[in-house]
Amino acid sequence: MKAQKGQVRVITGNAAAAYGAMLCRPDVATSYPITPMSEVAEQLSTFRADGLVDTEMVEVEGENSAMNVVVAATLAGGRAFTATSSWGLVFMYDAVQHASGFRAPVVMAIANRETPGILAVSGGQQDIISTRDTGWIQIIVEDCQEILDSVIMAFRLAEDYDIQLPVMVNYDGFYLSYLAMPVEIPQREDVDQFLAPLKQQPERPKLIPGEPLGCGTHGIDVGFVELRYKHCMAMERALEKVDEIDREFGEYFGRSYGGQIEEYRTEDAEIILLTSGGTTGTARTVVDAKRDEGVKVGLVKLRLFRPFPRQRLVEALKGKKAIGVIDRSVGFGWNCGPMYMELRALTPEIGIIPMLSYIDGLANLDITIPHIERVVDEVYAAAQGKPYQEVTWIPLEE
Amino acid sequence: MKEIRFHGRGGQGAVLASRMLSTAFMAEGKFVASFPMFGFERRGAPVVAFTRIDDKPIREKTQIYNPDCLVVIDPSLMKLPTLFSGLKPEGILILNSPKPLKSQPNDNLKIGGVVSATKIAVDEIGRDIPNTCILGAFAAATGWLDLQSILSCLGNYLSGDILQRNLRSAERGYREVEVVRW
Repeated sequence: MKAQKGQVRVITGNAAAAYGAMLCRPDVATSYPITPMSEVAEQLSTFRADGLVDTEMVEVEGENSAMNVVVAATLAGGRAFTATSSWGLVFMYDAVQHASGFRAPVVMAIANRETPGILAVSGGQQDIISTRDTGWIQIIVEDCQEILDSVIMAFRLAEDYDIQLPVMVNYDGFYLSYLAMPVEIPQREDVDQFLAPLKQQPERPKLIPGEPLGCGTHGIDVGFVELRYKHCMAMERALEKVDEIDREFGEYFGRSYGGQIEEYRTEDAEIILLTSGGTTGTARTVVDAKRDEGVKVGLVKLRLFRPFPRQRLVEALKGKKAIGVIDRSVGFGWNCGPMYMELRALTPEIGIIPMLSYIDGLANLDITIPHIERVVDEVYAAAQGKPYQEVTWIPLEE
Repeated sequence: MKEIRFHGRGGQGAVLASRMLSTAFMAEGKFVASFPMFGFERRGAPVVAFTRIDDKPIREKTQIYNPDCLVVIDPSLMKLPTLFSGLKPEGILILNSPKPLKSQPNDNLKIGGVVSATKIAVDEIGRDIPNTCILGAFAAATGWLDLQSILSCLGNYLSGDILQRNLRSAERGYREVEVVRW
């Protein structure tokens, strides 16, 4: 069975996130505005005011409350959505960890933005890097259509009986949050249909007023360890589940994104670029141009950051001659990009080959076509056995 | 691919103009992408916005460095030393100004379209929001799309009396733009 064709409209990434959430009919949504995601909150409120959803929009005094409200809503059995960015994510940091500890299937859209300093009103992925070990599932997307589609898929994933974990859908602040492009908006009934399998599953435990029930990582001693272990196992199950949901989405709606990772022209590639987010789109154009020049380069888009797609990456990268990773954030204490650092952990499986780390696009700086061309050239030279620099901070070398 | 760079100030509608233009081109069957670049949302602060138009899907997510066309919504920004940076040969300038261009402001410019958009906007809309007038002028000076596509897309963003006023503003931009060729 196929979904009907949806209406195509020019909308921003923020609006796409709001449309995705609205189509899933959340029982509760709350969002405290912050640049560059305020539009998500505005759009959701507009949908509510226009009667497109009967979501209860809870007005909160800050992000910390925003997260606590949606956690409580999901624990009471509801579907809940929120969105934030940068300092907003920092301000809810304790509640973010409650969410995953409670196994609360919250879906949160994040327009990624730098965090340090009051003037850091600029894009970057440092905000999610700071939450990578909070036990959330983290998806990073490339464009506005993928934002909308991924929010829908995130509800299927978060609320799955075998998973029951909160999911972040990340998109570049500014470069994607404000990007306006044609987006196909699925029909309501089709989204209902896509989410319907959740109703066939056993009902998840829920808090009911007056009926005492403990939930969350509250055990002591070994009890706590067991809950942690179960949380980790749910993360492991999420890997295959992400691929499965993506395939099903593709069969039904006609769009799919590779699940955990997407490989682009990797099959006969000698060298690989690893990117995430909007940069992947730009990198595709560079890969095509370099291919025309005869350079056998391929691209891997890291779509899932937590859990880390270990097996899929090894399959994609084994036998390649060199890899370049572009990070839009910093791995403090390692002097390299965090995604690069994680990839390095797969060296025993991939093999000892040159791996080059590139830090670019911090503070809203643009990851330009010449920057990516340079990365391809250097990775190619490294593959030929030429000496290379392991870590390059591109903006400092311009 | 055609690349357009907008230069305006917060409150003049540069961001919305770039989106409206994308919507208008989409109605003509093109692939489009546009986004602005600014930090804090502040009235009066310089704003840059980028619009790409192509016959195939647009994958680049970068800013625009080699525009085919510059749209300058605030005349004071003509003093920006970097305004014409990277402009392609045969470039086009759409300028909101009460005064005609005295000389060719950049060697790569082929077409200059000047319209007194602030005056028209104040006449028609009652406020200095010259963006829709500029879009009318854009259609006339570039010839890249029909005025009708611009007018039809405005209904996606505006309604009622304010829509009617903006339609008049865009039409006047189309009719009153003075086009110079070098």
